[in-house]
Amino acid sequence: MPADNQITLQLKRQEFSLEIDIRLQSQGITAVFGVSGSGKTSLLRCVAGLERPARGFVRMGGEVWQDEKVFLPTWRRPLGYVFQEASLLEHLTVRGNLHFGLRRIGQQQAAQAQLHQAIELLGIGHLLERQVQALSGGERQRVAIASALALQPRVLLLDEPLAALDANRRQDILPWLERLRDEVHIPMLYVTHALDEVVRLADHLLVLEHGKLADSGPVAQVLGRSAAGAASGEDRGVLLHAAVQEFDPTWHLMRVGFPGGSLWVKDKALALGAPVRIRVLARDISLAVGPPPLSSIQNLLPVTVLEMIADTHPSQCLVRLSCGDTGETSVLWARITARAAHALGLQAGMPAWAQVKAAALVGA
Amino acid sequence: MLSPQDWTAIGLTLRLAAISTLVLLLFASPLAWWLARSRSAWRAPVAALTSLPLVLPPTVLGFYLLVTLGPEGPLGHLTLLLGLGTLPFTFAGLVVGSVVYSLPFAVQPLLHAFQAMGNRPMELAATLRASPLDAFFSVALPLAWPGFVSAAVLSFAHTIGEFGMVLMMGGNIPGQTQVLSTQIYGHVEAMAYSQAHTLAGGMLVFSFAVLLGLNLLQKRGLRMGS
Repeated sequence: MPADNQITLQLKRQEFSLEIDIRLQSQGITAVFGVSGSGKTSLLRCVAGLERPARGFVRMGGEVWQDEKVFLPTWRRPLGYVFQEASLLEHLTVRGNLHFGLRRIGQQQAAQAQLHQAIELLGIGHLLERQVQALSGGERQRVAIASALALQPRVLLLDEPLAALDANRRQDILPWLERLRDEVHIPMLYVTHALDEVVRLADHLLVLEHGKLADSGPVAQVLGRSAAGAASGEDRGVLLHAAVQEFDPTWHLMRVGFPGGSLWVKDKALALGAPVRIRVLARDISLAVGPPPLSSIQNLLPVTVLEMIADTHPSQCLVRLSCGDTGETSVLWARITARAAHALGLQAGMPAWAQVKAAALVGA
Repeated sequence: MLSPQDWTAIGLTLRLAAISTLVLLLFASPLAWWLARSRSAWRAPVAALTSLPLVLPPTVLGFYLLVTLGPEGPLGHLTLLLGLGTLPFTFAGLVVGSVVYSLPFAVQPLLHAFQAMGNRPMELAATLRASPLDAFFSVALPLAWPGFVSAAVLSFAHTIGEFGMVLMMGGNIPGQTQVLSTQIYGHVEAMAYSQAHTLAGGMLVFSFAVLLGLNLLQKRGLRMGS
């Protein structure tokens, strides 16, 4: 029942305006992606009631939070919010933070159970007696997520929760967020400008540009579309939902299959059939035409050219490819020089070989 | 060394400072909160008005209070109508005067504390289901406590040191409005320098101790906050 979660907003500010109309899936992470100033955070703040849009309709889990007549204040909205930084009450311990909201919602029995689950899920049981000042950035965010989850929110709003963390801390906390995605069955809106978080965590993707929705849909589809501003520049690439199909213990490789093809990647000691997310960047694919080329590159996929578009620099050209012929296909992007495209005589509909130089396993 | 009249003046001064501080904290907290968060066009004039006692001579404040609270003044009419009598030359009048006189010393530290805290803790509290009033008491007050300590100490110390206002509003009635500063003035007028020394020296030591304590406290608070 996706229509149960509807967000329609019109917000005018001096610097920019936000105009949006979306439906949220009843569970899973919906990433809100865009450059800074695109209105991502404003969207989240409007859903939370921290900002009041000129016109808006917000309905979560069938309950109207805002329409022409109603505007529920933030504290009356059953939501969880994780801020970018400073997401904890500094005068309380970890336990104090976790209980702050809980004391205010009643239903102590059920709430206690929910709190235990949240503590377990985020692995913060050993931190309860700490002062929040003694926590690392990653621990702080895990505690903040747990405090929000303990309140059994209808929706969890995360505003760039990793943006204030350094690279190592981000790697530490990502597995916890994957658990969150897989085990908590509420819709989550996850604002970020980091594509690596999107490809690793998101189920759905909303791309915001200048306060408007540029594209939306399942994350792999959006990243494969030509209009996806999300994946421009060096980050241009696709996400493939694949499954482990075969192991080659001699060479420490495993084969992962996706609709329309398969790739050999490093063996990460996963179970046969385990779902994996594979990220293939446009700059890591080169093209060849004619008979299958002899190459050091192991991953050679038969593809069909779908379209060619100019990249930001005139010397470069982006080629959208379809992998697999009948029924199930996947989209790939290749970045080659315009001269190479000309020399190969590439055009839409032509068969070609995609040589995949690198494919990254980005998550389950 | 100290005459009974001196002791009465000391007691009265402490009582005046304590009551004024209490009234000030109650009154200045919402005012500072509003000044810290309001985007209203009234914010600037109200802020300026609040700071006036910093720059006006206390005699000017005292004079206007005397006029407005006196039997011919608008507020004096009101207090007479309410059966409270007139406030000038009474202890209650001194409290009113002290509150006005020390207002900026209560408002400024609170204002700074609330501004330093920013909006985020209140927003966070709201996402954790706390109503604005609830969040003020459960989040803003504990986070801004160093500001409250500063406000209380400064108001208290400043009230103890007031003179011009007291002279205008209170006269110099022993047991009612004769406080330390007017008592010292009296001693000096009467050429009783040794008695003046005792009281003046005591106030000097007291004021220094208060400011020293406040500084040490703020340093510790800063360390705890970081």
